[in-house]
Parts: sequence; structure tokens; C-alpha cells
Amino acid sequence: MSSNIMCSRRRFLGQLGAGGSLVTLGGCSAFDGMLGTDDPVLNFMRKANVLTREAQRAIEGPAPMAREYPASAIREGQRPNGSTNPQTGDYLAIQKDDFAGYRLQVTGLVDKPLSLSLDELRAMPSRTQITRHDCVEGWSCIAQWTGVQLSRVLDQAGIKPAAHYVVFRCFDSMDDTLSERTLYYESIDLISARHPQTILAYGLNGQTLPTANGAPLRVRVEQQLGYKMAKYIRAIEIVDSFAKIAGGNGGYWEDRGYDWYAGS
Amino acid sequence: MADSKNPKRTRLFHRQSVWTRVTHWIWTVTLFFMVTSGLQIFNAHPILYLGRQSGFGDKQYLGPQAGYGNKQFNNTVFDVHAERHDGRIVGVTSFLGHEFDTTGLLGKSGSKDQPIYQAFPEWATIPSSYDLATGRVIHFFFAWILVLTWCVWFVASLINGHFWRDIIPRPRDLRHLPRDVINHLRLKFPHGRSYNALQKLSYAAILILVIPGMIFTGLTMSPGVDSAWPWLLDLFGGRQTARLLHFCGMVVIVLFFAVHIIMVIAAGPINELRSMITGWYRGDDLEEAGEGG
Repeated sequence: MSSNIMCSRRRFLGQLGAGGSLVTLGGCSAFDGMLGTDDPVLNFMRKANVLTREAQRAIEGPAPMAREYPASAIREGQRPNGSTNPQTGDYLAIQKDDFAGYRLQVTGLVDKPLSLSLDELRAMPSRTQITRHDCVEGWSCIAQWTGVQLSRVLDQAGIKPAAHYVVFRCFDSMDDTLSERTLYYESIDLISARHPQTILAYGLNGQTLPTANGAPLRVRVEQQLGYKMAKYIRAIEIVDSFAKIAGGNGGYWEDRGYDWYAGS
Repeated sequence: MADSKNPKRTRLFHRQSVWTRVTHWIWTVTLFFMVTSGLQIFNAHPILYLGRQSGFGDKQYLGPQAGYGNKQFNNTVFDVHAERHDGRIVGVTSFLGHEFDTTGLLGKSGSKDQPIYQAFPEWATIPSSYDLATGRVIHFFFAWILVLTWCVWFVASLINGHFWRDIIPRPRDLRHLPRDVINHLRLKFPHGRSYNALQKLSYAAILILVIPGMIFTGLTMSPGVDSAWPWLLDLFGGRQTARLLHFCGMVVIVLFFAVHIIMVIAAGPINELRSMITGWYRGDDLEEAGEGG
């Protein structure tokens, strides 16, 4: 391509851009002022997420199954995202002996708090599913996940009637500070938690779940986006409200502006 | 354009119903925010793929891959990124493997002192700087408005006759199509009460194909909706193809907008704007209202 063409194209596109800016009231930064974290305009628009959740639940019916794919659909490794190699002291300690000392704590609004080792979780009936992982960024990746249905763990602990949400407490921190506010956490409601495809996965593509994908245990919530599927799960807490947890929005990314319901 | 040698009699028609006018202006605002927030969302992963998932090829990520072996594949169709080239960073857009230097617009924009490394430049996205969370909130809020407005428009247009009279081309419109194209090329625009064939075809394409297509390809990207309506995945050939089609639909809408504005200016902006605000349009006083098309 000659530089002449490039130049004239660039000028043309530049003019197009200038025209576009006129149309957009001098560029899209014009709206930045009303899109701050707690701005009333943005908070009003956030309410559409409730409408989205209710509409999806209405068309979904009781247990809509995410599509499960044939083994031939697995064409590459599961792309890891977010934390891929946690460096928190607690994590390094259990990682050292191959998670032999790992215990999944199940606490909160339960009849019987649990402390389950990986062997105990593996001894429970397992479910294997080949599903598509959809990242909030836009990409998708198909992989095979093996684990125990979350509903089985919940039933073993016994959920109290006041319970509304399942909170996943994780080992990893998305930044370098290790306060409770920045350790990764997520929450789903009991409808998602009791879905037959919602599993606590310890296996990926026929192998033990690797560190990059959340070893020793991560959750799969196949009706929602990747950021709901907490990795490196340390504890499960059953709560009636997540308002007092960390930033109060129900998850690490939710505290940073993302929608709580991530089915869209 | 009125022929000055042979002035035609004109008169005011009530051309646009209140339903057409109100939904038109809601769409104007809605599509503005949907495109700009959509480009913001695109910037989070400015790569489009063909199929149900994303083939990252060999260049994408680090870390151990369970069950990965040497398996990799690449189904990238469109990709915007910045890369180092001869010691300077340039914006690159690739389409089906052909790379173009798009520095200044795509991949790298901003000023020399403050370069911005994002796919679409700050003037094209809302919010202006990278903010996927806010982009999504805006996109889905206006998506609801778009869906509701389309439903209102569709029902109202069926009831008041706008749909069959002005949108769906009739056999006669299609017979007039060649003449219509020639007229448009000569910048001669008929000023009848009803729409001409090209208008009908473009409005039908946008309102009946592209807008519903955008709604359904958008829904196909939702893992929740995919569980409820898995046929969407089959209809569009997978989630990533749906994302690709959603992007193409956006390009069509932006092109439609550009042509629409040009035609309004060419056909007489005052008259056109008046008809879209008040409903009253000055057109040729022909016996048969449909003759304008």
C-alpha cells in the first residue's frame, strides 16, 4: 500500500472523526461527568440489571441447561484470566503439599458447618460437563469440567430458611494488598447455586485442575459470565445479604462497577 | 430537488404519525449510546472470531494448560491492536490476515504526547477512557429501551398502517426500483407523501432485519439466554459468530446513519426535519399519493 493512499485515507478518516465529534457534542467525554462510580444517572441505569435478571429467569424456566458440547469441541486449553498464580501466604502454604491440607469451609446460615478435604469432595458423586466459558471481555472457550454439584454440598450442610446467597471466599488477591476488601470473592443466589450444572470443579479437561485455572477448587456457574466463577475457593458462606461484605455489592468486580447478575 | 423550470404544485401532507416521530427520536438517542458503549465493550477484547469459541492461536497467554498439549487453533476474523514496528508503536487492524496501519484511529490514537492504546479512540466510546463495567451498564440500559421502542413502533405501525404502506415494499415499488436508483444518482428526489422504493427497502432492512438482528445476536452473547433459548446458538452459528454479526450490524447501522443524514441534507433538511418533528411535510401535489414512490 502506498503511503499516499494511507495519508489520504488517514485525512479522510480524520475528517470523518471530526464530523463524528460534531455530531457527538464534541466527543464522548461530554458524558464522562455523569458516569462516576456513584453518580445517580449511572445508578439509575444499573437498575436495568434487575430487569435483565428477572426477564432471563422468566424465559429460562426452572432449570435451563447450558449447552453441553462434544469432546471434539475442546480445541485448546482453557484460557486463564484474572489471578493465575496466587502469592498469598495461605495459598502458598496449602499449595506446597499438593493441597493435602486443604479444607473447604462451609459456614454461615447452615445447620451443620462443614470442613471438607479434597478427597471427601472427590468421593461425592461427580458431574462432568463440556461447556463454554464466556468472559465478560467477550471471548469464549470450551472445556471439560469435573466436580461435585454445589447443591450436594449445600444439602449436606443444610441451608437455613433465612439464606439467600452463597458467597465464595477465595485465596487470591487481585492486587498486592491483602485486606479482606481485596481478596477475591463472589456471590450467587440459591437459584444459581442449586442449578444442576453449578459444580465445584476440581478437574479440567480430564486432569487435576491446574493452578492457573483455580486449583484446588473453583465454581462453574454455566448460566453466567466468567467473573462469577470464583477460583481458589477457600470457604463457602451462606448469607441472607451481602451488603456488609467488602464493598457491599456481592463480588470483587461488582465492587468495581460490574453488574451482580452476570447472565448477560 | 425541485425542478425550477417546471415548478410543481406543492402542498403540506401530514406524513409522519406521532408514533413514528417519537420512536424515531428515541432511536436516535438510543443508537447513539448503544454504538458508543458498544465500542467501549469491544475495546475490552478487540478481536472477532468465527464459530462458537475463540481460537487464541499461539500468541495469547502464558501458563500451564490442562489437557492442552499442542492443540491450538485460530479462527480470528478481525483484530485491532497496537504493536512495535521499526522502533515505534503503531495501531494495526487486521482483517482475514491482511494488516493495515490504522495509527490515529484504530489501535493507537490520541496525541503524540499522550497516545491512547485502545482499539476505538476515546472520541468514539462512552465513557471516553477504558471502562468496560460502565460501558456494559449503559449498553444494557439502552438495549431495553431499544427493544421496548421497537415493540411500540411495530405494534403502532401495524395498527396505523405505516408498516404496510411505508415500510414493506410492494411489487410496484420494486418495478420502480431502477428508475428510483437513477433518480437518486441524479440527486433528484421524489417528494411524495409515501416513501420511494429505495427508502422503503432501506427502512425495511434496518427496522425488520438489522435492529431485530442486533437484538438477537446480542441475546446470543448472553450465557443465561443461551440456556433458555439454545436455538439462538444454532441460528447464528455459535456465540462468537453472533458477536461478529453484532459488530457487522453496528457497521451497517453507522453507514445507514451516514447515508440517512446525507439524504436528509440533499432532500431539503428543513422540510425533512419539520416532518419528523411536527409530522407535516411539503411534497408534490400529485393526485395519487403513492406516485411519489
